[in-house]
Amino acid sequence: MAVTTYRDAMREALREALHRDERVFLMGEDVGRYGGCYAVSKGLLAEFGEERIRDTPLSESAFVGAGIGAALGGLRPIVEIMTVNFSLLALDQLLNNAATLLHMSGGQFNVPLVVRMTTGAGRQLAAQHSHSLEGWYAHIPGLRLLAPATIEDARGMLWPALLDPDPVLIFEHNALYNVRGELADDAGAVDITRARLRRPGSDVALITYGGSLPKAIAAAERLASEGIDAAVVDLRSLRPLDDETILTAVAATHRAVVIDEGWRSGGLSAEIAARISELAFWELDAPVRRVCSAEVPVPYARHLEEAALPQTDEIVAVARELVHGHD
Amino acid sequence: MTTTGTAPEVDELACWREMLRVRRFEERCVELYSGGRIRGFMHLCIGEEAVAVGVLQALGPDDAVVSTYRDHGHALVRGVGTDRVMAEMFGKVTGCSRGRGGSMHLFDAGRRFYGGNAIVAGGLPLATGLALADRMTHRTRVTCCIFGDGAMAEGEFHEAMNLAALWHLPVLFCCENNQYAMGTSLARTHAETDLAGRAASYGMPAAAIDGMDVVAVGEAATAAVAAIRSDEGPRFLELQTYRFRAHSMYDPELYRSKSEVDEWKEHDPIDRSAARLRQDGRLDDGWVTEAEQEIAAEIDAAVERADEADVEPVDELLRFVTSEATD
Repeated sequence: MAVTTYRDAMREALREALHRDERVFLMGEDVGRYGGCYAVSKGLLAEFGEERIRDTPLSESAFVGAGIGAALGGLRPIVEIMTVNFSLLALDQLLNNAATLLHMSGGQFNVPLVVRMTTGAGRQLAAQHSHSLEGWYAHIPGLRLLAPATIEDARGMLWPALLDPDPVLIFEHNALYNVRGELADDAGAVDITRARLRRPGSDVALITYGGSLPKAIAAAERLASEGIDAAVVDLRSLRPLDDETILTAVAATHRAVVIDEGWRSGGLSAEIAARISELAFWELDAPVRRVCSAEVPVPYARHLEEAALPQTDEIVAVARELVHGHD
Repeated sequence: MTTTGTAPEVDELACWREMLRVRRFEERCVELYSGGRIRGFMHLCIGEEAVAVGVLQALGPDDAVVSTYRDHGHALVRGVGTDRVMAEMFGKVTGCSRGRGGSMHLFDAGRRFYGGNAIVAGGLPLATGLALADRMTHRTRVTCCIFGDGAMAEGEFHEAMNLAALWHLPVLFCCENNQYAMGTSLARTHAETDLAGRAASYGMPAAAIDGMDVVAVGEAATAAVAAIRSDEGPRFLELQTYRFRAHSMYDPELYRSKSEVDEWKEHDPIDRSAARLRQDGRLDDGWVTEAEQEIAAEIDAAVERADEADVEPVDELLRFVTSEATD
């Protein structure tokens, strides 16, 4: 066991992949000399050289498309899009090529591409740099979406993603990079297909992912002090969703709160709530509730931003209300 | 190796026959579309045959081709079987994309034919990535990317040109300039209509070629491919051409005059080649009749086989969404 950070764990995953497979390379804006906007790739240029750690122009569509082409050409590119906000400039390539080529070509052209991007709000970066749009991507058949929320997953999700013959999008919440914790010395690849029960419980299931996981765990601890036993489910894979783990938690608690930093309308939380009501309606003792971001472009001022995002207080309040009913 | 010096040999007789084959195929497609056998969007390249034939004769079997939605000619000349192209448009399982793509999405892994991309300019980043993979693995292959004049107004064009030039990638960018982006003329959509001049601003050699002359196209493409293969970096060709037919089968052609079309028809690439060949004594009526008969028989057979072929069973609908589902 050694103490490390989410950022360092992610960098170790990159190093491992670059060492293990010579077809693997990293490209994106400022991944080389700058060391990555969030310092994830710091030091990799010196270790692996300019061919494999490629600084790109500010051309999201071209370098994501080039990643798709390079994957078709036999390489295993890891494309870093600085943030999910800029991925909108590459949406055509992600949707119309990466996700579609295999089917549209009748099974001839699979795209073994990994795209990493930072997501989420919480750093007072205002509306254009604070999106949580993974729910949009979760809408698209042909993509696998991962949201590592722990140091173990930051270390272990990349390699299996690279082994996937199809495109994988990895969403790294910006609030997680500095999280410190222990990581086993032999930590490596993890299962990327299943959600995980981070905390068992019998009264209510808090279902979440990514940057909201620490908030949900904090909420569960507060609820415990009030005598409410909350389970916490970390989705990990946002597409495909692991229905079984979600439904097992609902069956054990009969109440569910979905916590999602995305907007409520048409979001990932809506999909999860819909699945619970389709597949586990008779297990429920209360309506499924959601804690999402307010339906507003994320504002700059700290107090407004905090009010716009899911917070532990609200998760606790909603869970308490579900268990005890209204006062 | 250099791009100057004596012009490379182009087999004009073979090119003429190939252009005729594409023309007759497209004419048959019109009949089949009118009869309801082919549906969806269908874009014909009648008038533009010299581009497909002249450019693609310059490539070897290991090179790659990225095409547009006006792709029948490119696919046929590249060697995608006439049967398989026709079957694709009939939506049959024997089609080159198993009926998943249709007219706009012809694919063939064996011919390194990467579609059939129906988002204007969406193929350019893809081609850039294919070339990147070749460069990184030290293969001397060329990726030929064909797109229309409309693509030069898209951001992806500029992003991909910059990236290819910056990284010195082995791409032949071919702008099939048929003067109209669907129904809007070049002059009404581009502040600067010197397309080759604009391409040259990215630091790559660029030339404007008479795209109605298969020999001129062929010589320019062969020289460009040789230069690219000798690691001289990307090249750009503007092939000035014209489509004699409507943009698609839904187009009432309100935006151009009959006299303009007639004027261009005087430069019909097939007639032009035939006249030159006859003048040189390399083509006579007997040859023409024989070629017409062979081509008609080839297309008849393709239609017949497409007719008889099976459709994919509906329970196979979800195949090819991911590779897992492909097996």
